[in-house]
Amino acid sequence: MQQMTEMLPETDVLPGPAGDCHQDIISLEGVTFSYQQQRVITGLNLSVRERDFIGLIGSNGAGKTTLLKMIVGLLRPESGVIRLFGEPVGQFKAWEKIGYVPQKNAFNPLFPATVREVVLSGLYGRNKLFRRITKSDHLKADDALHAMKIEDLADKRIGQLSGGQQQRAFLARALINNPSLLILDEPTVGIDAETQESFFHMIKHMHQHHNITFLMVSHDMEMIRTYLGLHQAAQSGKLKFYKKHSHDLQNCAQDDLTHSLRGLRQEMDSREEVVQVGDRY
Amino acid sequence: MEIVTSEFFQRALIGGLLIGVTAPLMGIFLVLRRLSMIGDTLSHVSIAGVALGFLIGVYPVAVGLVFAVAASFAIEKLRKAYKSYAELSIAIIMSGGVALASILFTMGKGFNVNVTGYLFGSIYTLSNIDLITIAVVTVVVLVAIRLQVKELFLLTFDEDAAAVSGLPVRFYNVMISVLTALVISASIKIVGALLVSALLTIPAACSLIIARSFRQSIITVVIIGEIAVICGLMIAGIWNLAPGGTIVLLLIVILLGLLLFKRGIRTGS
Repeated sequence: MQQMTEMLPETDVLPGPAGDCHQDIISLEGVTFSYQQQRVITGLNLSVRERDFIGLIGSNGAGKTTLLKMIVGLLRPESGVIRLFGEPVGQFKAWEKIGYVPQKNAFNPLFPATVREVVLSGLYGRNKLFRRITKSDHLKADDALHAMKIEDLADKRIGQLSGGQQQRAFLARALINNPSLLILDEPTVGIDAETQESFFHMIKHMHQHHNITFLMVSHDMEMIRTYLGLHQAAQSGKLKFYKKHSHDLQNCAQDDLTHSLRGLRQEMDSREEVVQVGDRY
Repeated sequence: MEIVTSEFFQRALIGGLLIGVTAPLMGIFLVLRRLSMIGDTLSHVSIAGVALGFLIGVYPVAVGLVFAVAASFAIEKLRKAYKSYAELSIAIIMSGGVALASILFTMGKGFNVNVTGYLFGSIYTLSNIDLITIAVVTVVVLVAIRLQVKELFLLTFDEDAAAVSGLPVRFYNVMISVLTALVISASIKIVGALLVSALLTIPAACSLIIARSFRQSIITVVIIGEIAVICGLMIAGIWNLAPGGTIVLLLIVILLGLLLFKRGIRTGS
């Protein structure tokens, strides 16, 4: 008997018959949506798995925002099923697993709120109802601010920041909960090219080195193409999906990824040094 | 000066102090959500309720309160029907309120004099039950805000993010409207239905000029609201002016002063 157990093949620890260790993060089955008479989305099937980077491209009115709103439960599909982390959206409760970065111009520039207040607001979900903001919440905010290199701006009014800095603040707000899924809605609209570049650099880095799945809506074909490649993963009407997976099947056992926000800043900084040294010689 | 020590003036002062906290507090959420006009709408509707109260012989403020709360629900419903035109629903309900009020006024011609008190405020005639109503509303509003200030902040700043965080956004929208309706119907006797929205919006407008953080802006609106109410009542009492109008004009003076001060700092530096 004892021999038998010892002889059990080691492959047992490997993933099941599907041969994949990655769970479905978002799945859409036959999702259809119309505004009044107009069909916006028809029979859309999409499966986003752990550590995918999905780029969603489409012209105005193609239904990008509609799709995002359905995924986060703000709109209900006419027919079809949407699941988040395997659960139907209607029953999904673990919203703290999802980070959300809005369009830059989605807020009133005169709004009296400091960067720190905005970043902290990423914590105010269902779990935090009737609870006070604790010291550890402030520490989380510090980490998120630090990771995004905006710790010096913490006490500035959010409207005083440049477009790129605001975007970092929103990213910090989205990251404060260590989300598993990050949804970005045209994050670089109205930001200059150089800032966009470094923003994408940061996003790419996070995708490669952290256990985060990305869904990014963009009209910027170039960025999507350079990172995700030309291959179209899916198409529905005018919506086009591009996909890159950062984690190969054989790497399933690998789990030494940096999860902490502190780690993120360190990695980013050390990479930058390498780049600078490389430039010098 | 002896007016200041009289009993009716002291009642007025207590009522004013309470409203001076709650009205600006609700106002900051409304202004930041670009719903400044909602105060006007709710106050016009609650005047219709006051008129009905006189007509059927029920405590007018209570009927006004019921009307205002009903109107706040109606606004939310209409807002859904005209999604990107929030102000349209506000305009429709406002005219509905004025129309109803005018019909009710003419149905009971005898109480015209009393209704004027609600239009422009009649703070010196605050009864005990008026004061109790104001106190209860103040407690309700302060408790609600104290418990929900984080969530209200997120909702006001970024409604979509609030929804993605799993917050019941619809509940909060209704909550803000209902609390506003309570504050307005409780305060129309103090500043008057035609002026009450100034007490909601002008302190918030001031805080947008000077406050850096949300915390600061909450403190700022309350301080400015209180200064305007106390000084306004004193000035009105001493020089025998209309209290509601004095309070509102004082608020505007404070706003102008802050704007000039801010300009001075900019050009000075």
